[in-house]
Amino acid sequence: MSPMLNIQSLTFHRDQLPILEQLQFSLETAEVVLIQGHNGSGKTTLMKLLCGLLPRQEDFVVSMHGQPFDPNQTRDRALFHYLGHQNGLKLELTCLENLRFYQQFSGSQSGQSCQQVLEQVGLDGYQFSPASQLSAGQKKRLALARLLLTSRTLWLLDEPYSNLDLDGIALVDQLLRHQISTGGSVIMTSHGSFVPDVLPHRIIRLNHGRIEGVAQ
Amino acid sequence: MSSPLIAAMTALFNRDMRLGIRNRGELASPLLFLVLIASLFPLSIGRDPALLQQIAPGVIWVSALLASTLSLGQVFSRDYDDGTLEQLLLSPQPLAALVLAKVAAHWVTTGLLITLASPLLALGYQLPADIIPVVMISLLMGTPVLSFIGAIGVALTVGLGRGGMFLTLMVLPLTVPVLIFASSMIAAAMGGQPIEGHLLMLAAILVLSLTLAPFVIATALKIGMS
Repeated sequence: MSPMLNIQSLTFHRDQLPILEQLQFSLETAEVVLIQGHNGSGKTTLMKLLCGLLPRQEDFVVSMHGQPFDPNQTRDRALFHYLGHQNGLKLELTCLENLRFYQQFSGSQSGQSCQQVLEQVGLDGYQFSPASQLSAGQKKRLALARLLLTSRTLWLLDEPYSNLDLDGIALVDQLLRHQISTGGSVIMTSHGSFVPDVLPHRIIRLNHGRIEGVAQ
Repeated sequence: MSSPLIAAMTALFNRDMRLGIRNRGELASPLLFLVLIASLFPLSIGRDPALLQQIAPGVIWVSALLASTLSLGQVFSRDYDDGTLEQLLLSPQPLAALVLAKVAAHWVTTGLLITLASPLLALGYQLPADIIPVVMISLLMGTPVLSFIGAIGVALTVGLGRGGMFLTLMVLPLTVPVLIFASSMIAAAMGGQPIEGHLLMLAAILVLSLTLAPFVIATALKIGMS
């Protein structure tokens, strides 16, 4: 059976400097892959290449369930959810307005209401508070809440643990378990030593754009 | 158009309108800028009614152009900073259509307001009452083009950080045709000449912008983001 996502020969250069070199790995259905590496190891570049925010420089192959996967195609963009370094929130809008916008904008419905999702990420009571009044960790929680509003088979999460306290880290793990239980998969990055409390997961260590090691 | 696309466009338009209303200071800035520039001319060249009438078409349009340029940062720069631009680029909906919704919101919060404020400027420059509708029509048809051209510039410079001066240098020359046809239309109306030719040229530029600019902006955004 084909893996959920298969990546082969992924290479990226910036100003002649190699950022990623010949990366090759796969992601199984209902699995979490954690890309670990220090700052500048190429984690964010990898995530942006996978979701199409950076252009392909050289031919590399990404396939999903054996079919070519191209995030530049609108059809394939409906298959994943990307959460980047920035939270993607409008600080002038309330928590509820931010989520309602995303729910209407994304079109894909998970069946959960914005209010329910806010409760799940521990922000009940903040629905009418402007996002500007939230702490950095609460803003991260609000950004994570968007994951629950849509049903996407693949989550691409860039540093989801950043700015979060222990409860927040547990929340991320809870979200990961939710995604796996619904048959989805996750590729996430971390520069720290956090390991998701979720099984099954694999850790790929990235160093200067090369895969240094893989651990189960 | 499918309904998820319309829902996404509506959500984007409504959100940007709501943001515009929440940031009232920013909403008022282009209008205040417009009035300020237009009021500088009578102060510097005197209050001769004939002279003011003669320069009015050019002054109103240059003021509108500068006021519109001032607010261009609202289109994509802030979305780039807070990460919401990534949501646009990764949406399963066609980027050109989403861009159209954003430019429409920008126009309503700047160009339309400038158009609605223009009778005050026209009266200040002592233009005859029957010229005021011509001024408003020229702005109604020309300011959307300014929003489209400006959005192309912002999209190309969005990743540059301090692209303000570069943006102005890039955008202003592209707006010259609109400036010429729009101010000529007002001048022709004041001279009792037919305005249909100017009107049709403005309409042609507007239709061209409406149909081509969203695709150019979408491509420019992808280039700017990478």
